[in-house]
Amino acid sequence: MFASCADPSTLEGLHWLACYLTSGKHMAFYASFGTVMALLAITAPAALAFGFAGAMATRSRLWPVQWLGRAYTAMVRGVPDIIFFLFVPIALDQALEWVRHKTICPDWTEPVRRGSDFVVCAQAKLPLSSSPQWVHDTYGFALAVTAFAVVFGAFAANVLHGAMRAVPRAQIETAEAYGMTHAQAFWRILVPQMWIFALPGLSNLWMILIKATPLLFLLGVQDIVYWARELGGAKTSIYAYPHPDWRIYYFLGLLVFYLGLTKISEVVLGRLNARLSHGQATLAGEAQRKAAA
Amino acid sequence: MSCLQTIQDYALRSVGIGERLLPRSGFTICEQVTLIGSGMIWNVYFGLFALLAGFFLATAVALARLSPLVALRKPAEWFIFLFRGSPLFIQFFLAYEAFVLLPKAGLTLDLIFVEITADTRWLTRAWAGALIVLFLNTAAYTAEIFYGALRSVPRGDLEAADAYGLSGWARFRRVVWPTMLRLAWPAYTNEAIFLFHATTLVFFSGFPAWQQKGDALYYAKYFADKTFNPFVAYPIVAGYFILMTLVIIAIFGLINRRLNRHLPPEARPRLRIRPQVVR
Repeated sequence: MFASCADPSTLEGLHWLACYLTSGKHMAFYASFGTVMALLAITAPAALAFGFAGAMATRSRLWPVQWLGRAYTAMVRGVPDIIFFLFVPIALDQALEWVRHKTICPDWTEPVRRGSDFVVCAQAKLPLSSSPQWVHDTYGFALAVTAFAVVFGAFAANVLHGAMRAVPRAQIETAEAYGMTHAQAFWRILVPQMWIFALPGLSNLWMILIKATPLLFLLGVQDIVYWARELGGAKTSIYAYPHPDWRIYYFLGLLVFYLGLTKISEVVLGRLNARLSHGQATLAGEAQRKAAA
Repeated sequence: MSCLQTIQDYALRSVGIGERLLPRSGFTICEQVTLIGSGMIWNVYFGLFALLAGFFLATAVALARLSPLVALRKPAEWFIFLFRGSPLFIQFFLAYEAFVLLPKAGLTLDLIFVEITADTRWLTRAWAGALIVLFLNTAAYTAEIFYGALRSVPRGDLEAADAYGLSGWARFRRVVWPTMLRLAWPAYTNEAIFLFHATTLVFFSGFPAWQQKGDALYYAKYFADKTFNPFVAYPIVAGYFILMTLVIIAIFGLINRRLNRHLPPEARPRLRIRPQVVR
């Protein structure tokens, strides 16, 4: 980074530290905070969409769809989420490769599973082994995002389903008395009103999502936990910047980062809740009215 | 090899009893079910002891948080914020690194007490180190639940206690604490369920599985990696966890019934799983 960092072995004290903290690997470490933020930014809306679809399916009048929705909302209750994080990416990867294998190489007669191997033809590999490194990275990240969206979608479906049931029944009945169809009553009456009931649950979900991001490490993405372990480990003198085992300081840094993130979220969500409660016929809205009077 | 033989060999593998080598190839369903079930011993161990010990610390922390004394309230608030505001995964890593450094850091002390040096090593093992983290973590989450419940103890109950001449410890033991438990029980059931789920993180964070003695998910991942087939091992471990969740709900339901035995059955609060306290 700085020109004076060319020969680290001659540096001392703060200058050494400044050069150390701006080395190329540290830049990758700082960039990985962006990976975490990107994951949050992509997963939150995706999970909300999954959750909305799940909650809608639970309300469906077609029993297979309803059954599917119920199974989806129930799955996170009994099974630890980390199992899904391990299962979904690899299962999805194999499913995609299998489908491509069947369509691209139909004349391949040998079975895909051979003993303890999963073999598809070279053209069906995802991503193709000839593709550049960034494609592999993006594909891995996309699988991770999908796993997060599926799991947190199931949590969100729980929250949204509860919120839909919390909207007073009389509202829907009134809508139907005005001659609205089922779909119209759902989209025009139920959906706009349910958000205030969903907000506490969704805020909680956001906190959980933040705290789940270090699990990216388990999915093989080079995230902040990966770099903290990598950079913190003891470095012998063959490295440019030798130092003893500093992992504890790196993890302390991550801890502070997460505490800050949850604290900021708490404050922002608190304000949002206060704004949305304004004028609502809920306990919080009533408290606001009394405080103002 | 018959299934009975497999059960004899591997049913207690996770605690080091039985066959030393894990199966290497030609995995049968029986082997996977047995070995993953053997790993559940660790999940139950971590969950059970963290929950039992955490319960008492949580009560103390919740009371401290409600205390008018700043010297008690502030540490309790910080404790809860620290463990609820950060990921359990990071807490495991941090604790492991701290425990690893412990003997080195305590070197000056060891010159006088030589035997301590050798003794801190057990903290880096999962059975102790991870249990401590889980214990503190669940204590923080539970303290928040208990704190909320303590704040909603009806004033009438307290006034009645005063009228009966109860005060101090007797009032707490006979009125405040049972009411708090009653109010907190549905949320606490959730906490218990998700604590057991969180035990699967132990061997995926800093703590290494010593001599391949791991928990259920550790073995499930072992099989999934070896066979490159996630569709057998992960459903098995999921099945085990669904069973355990049902057992927890049953046990907590019984306690709930006992706590609310003075109420008619239809007035008792019902236990429902709400994914609210995941880490």
